[in-house]
Amino acid sequence: MRGQRLLLCTLCALIAGCSIEPWVKPYERANLADPIMSFSRDPVSASYSQHVKEAREGARGAEGGGGGGCGCN
Amino acid sequence: MHRLLRLVIVVLALVSSASLSAAVLPEERADALYHAYDGGGVEISGPSVLVRKSIGQSMSVYANYYVDNVTSASIDVELYASPYTEKRNEFRAGFDYLVDKATLSVGYGNSEETDYTADTAFFGISQDFFGDLSTLSMSFSVGSDEVRKTGDPTFAEPIDRHAYRVNLSQILTKSLIMGLSWELITDKGFLNNPYRQVRYLDDNADIGYSFQDEVYPGTRSSDAYALRAKYFLPYRASLHAEYRVFDDNWGIHADNYELGYTHPLYESWLLDLKFRHYNQTGATFYSDLFPRRNAQDYLARDKELSTFSSTTVGVGVSYEFAKNGWGFIDRGSVNVLYDLMQFDYKDFRNALVSKEGLAEPGEEPRYSFDANVLQFFISIWY
Repeated sequence: MRGQRLLLCTLCALIAGCSIEPWVKPYERANLADPIMSFSRDPVSASYSQHVKEAREGARGAEGGGGGGCGCN
Repeated sequence: MHRLLRLVIVVLALVSSASLSAAVLPEERADALYHAYDGGGVEISGPSVLVRKSIGQSMSVYANYYVDNVTSASIDVELYASPYTEKRNEFRAGFDYLVDKATLSVGYGNSEETDYTADTAFFGISQDFFGDLSTLSMSFSVGSDEVRKTGDPTFAEPIDRHAYRVNLSQILTKSLIMGLSWELITDKGFLNNPYRQVRYLDDNADIGYSFQDEVYPGTRSSDAYALRAKYFLPYRASLHAEYRVFDDNWGIHADNYELGYTHPLYESWLLDLKFRHYNQTGATFYSDLFPRRNAQDYLARDKELSTFSSTTVGVGVSYEFAKNGWGFIDRGSVNVLYDLMQFDYKDFRNALVSKEGLAEPGEEPRYSFDANVLQFFISIWY
């Protein structure tokens, strides 16, 4: 049920947002395009760091990497 | 779950009808990494090689080969088993495909140990909209594992895994981007470690306690939500912050936060600093010392299911070379990352102390350990 509520909220945000003009223009995104602004600058490293944590913690999921995982423990 | 999938389809249909713009494929690059973990009597090291290549204008393929070489004399192993070595090989491959201005992702992974096999298939879709200010990603993965037991050729138990994930990343200003993630994971099958034991009070035992096999529930379901942000500082540096909260139906509640800073040095160097703190409560069926044999239906003494906290401090240095290209290489980087992790367990005691007769069972000091985690990798873009 929580998942469905989250998706409904996403849906509402999308519908509301269809009429919104982008407030950051493409030519204003130089800072955001800098590699130091990437959430996962080096996927090979991010994947390993995620594996180290998941193997030693009870929590799992919603990590910053690409997802998919190996399913291994 | 079918209602959930229908909602996913509706959302995707609406996203597709929103104002669209072109997505881009991931960069073409190759990474060769060496990793080394040393902590709590466990040493794990090995390589990881990740290669990504575009095919035409709309497809990008990747492959990853990863190895864990494990030497374990952990506190559990010292308590009731013998130190061992093992090797885990993992292979992943997949592709991303641009279609109708969305990115479709498909992947497959296999992990092999002498006593464990895991196969995972992955499907995802990602869409930029609102003039590229927002990116919505959804993915689904299904896994099938087989748990085996060394020394018992008749033992083979399955696990079925499913994961559903939604991620929304949002550009808020010229210098601030945020991400919101949710992931639901369900497991069904043989979820405990076939070797791990719990301990229980036993007056007939010399050391005051005896051991029996763990027994876990046959299902587990968990939700995790994460909010992360990245901010560009005016002098070209970046700050990042993350908060994640987690709950499962085993009674584990966890949260963690992370703060990080990336600072360019001179022309070609990058310095990364991070601090992370993690907290969790234990599973309802966890106990460090059960009062008697078969004290309850489910029994666990896995310290990862106990109440504990951990703190990580990390530093990384990267050097970029061949910035103007060299042969077929557009650029490259050499990277070293080091993390110090500290684990403090609230209800997992160092049972080796009572095994040596230096404390009564249940009165041993609480267990803690530090781990050193090193990564060294070279990346090239082409």
